[in-house]
Amino acid sequence: MKNWPLWEVFIRSKNGLEHRHAGSLHASDAKMALENARDVYTRRMEGVSIWVVPSAQITASNPEHNGEMFEPAADKAYRHPTFYILPDELKHM
Amino acid sequence: MSELEIKSLEERFNQRIANDEKIEPKDWMPEKYRKTHIRQISQHAHSEIVGMLPEGNWITRCPTLRRKVALLAKVQDEGGHGLYLYSAAETLGISREEMFDQLHTGEAKYSSIFNYPTLTWADIGTIGWLVDGAAIMNQVALINTSYGPYGRAMIRICKEESFHQRQGYEIIMTLMNGTDEQKAMAQDSLNRFWWPALMMFGPRDADSPNSEQSMLWKLKRKTNDELRQAFVDQTVPQAELIGLTIPDPQLKWNEERKHYDFGDLDWEEFWQVVHGHGPCNKQRIDARKKAWNEGAWVRDAAMAYAEKSSKREFKQAV
Ligand SMILES: [Fe+2]
Ligand SMILES: [Fe+2]
Repeated sequence: MKNWPLWEVFIRSKNGLEHRHAGSLHASDAKMALENARDVYTRRMEGVSIWVVPSAQITASNPEHNGEMFEPAADKAYRHPTFYILPDELKHM
Repeated sequence: MSELEIKSLEERFNQRIANDEKIEPKDWMPEKYRKTHIRQISQHAHSEIVGMLPEGNWITRCPTLRRKVALLAKVQDEGGHGLYLYSAAETLGISREEMFDQLHTGEAKYSSIFNYPTLTWADIGTIGWLVDGAAIMNQVALINTSYGPYGRAMIRICKEESFHQRQGYEIIMTLMNGTDEQKAMAQDSLNRFWWPALMMFGPRDADSPNSEQSMLWKLKRKTNDELRQAFVDQTVPQAELIGLTIPDPQLKWNEERKHYDFGDLDWEEFWQVVHGHGPCNKQRIDARKKAWNEGAWVRDAAMAYAEKSSKREFKQAV
């Protein structure tokens, strides 16, 4: 017997908001994954749109490499508004 | 990795948890953390789906349509809880099939409370009120546990649980407003479920050797005895409110402690049921195995169909 693959479920709770990861489930194909996602994750009107993605299709960064991966952002304070020193009298900036 | 390196990784890991950081699936973790979490989360998942059996027993015999839709919705929720938890356990590297296998061979445990029979309609009320009540108490304490996927599953579960307890209490309350027979049925049900419900919090702290490690990992936020006491304190006034008597002659408010004192549990019975000799252990596992084995052809057929039609395009909805 072949096991049903794993799917990741993303739900938009209402228009205007992004899809967010809700959880995962096993299903034989995308259609079943969508229907099961509806039955499990939107029984109390938690969503207006569902995405399902085969978990195997997700490429994830490795937390063990977080140093190299995210370090370049750490020393660039000039990307933040507070880096710029302006007079207190200046309004609305 | 050398032993020294592992030791320093472990120290950093413990520090992260102490700082209230969460651990996510791909993070490094000690083997013991992984194994303990697989065990606890999968057993929690098993409890959710085995718990569907004693309640499912009454779906076709609910006294009204209102009760029937509520019970159906509750049992469906429990199936969902099982799914959230199995998914969380899978992130630690165990497959769904392995977990089912452990359940079916008896290697994995589930909450002993589901090895008691549901003899009358009142038991459905008592289960919602006491069993879900006790489960909520355990689960709320786990929302801040250190393993991210487990904590997230707990948030969803706790949101859904509160209707379970309320519908159960409403059933019992309705019986207590009914005929003498109905009142007697409610009281009889409480008499049978009171002690098993208190057993849901596990052995006494003194007999719970893994507690300290679990506290450190925030897999446990309160001890078994603390949770049991909180449950008694919360439940006694709820019973009194509708005229039920807790079946414990030693139960008494202790003004000094500001808690109820209560009688000791029958620990022999507790271990009997844990070790597989409760009234319904065999029946529950047989029902699980039957459903799993008899559903095999459906799972195979769905997979065969999916493979055949895999070329067909699925319109993406964005
Ligand atoms: Fe549940
Ligand atoms: Fe529940």
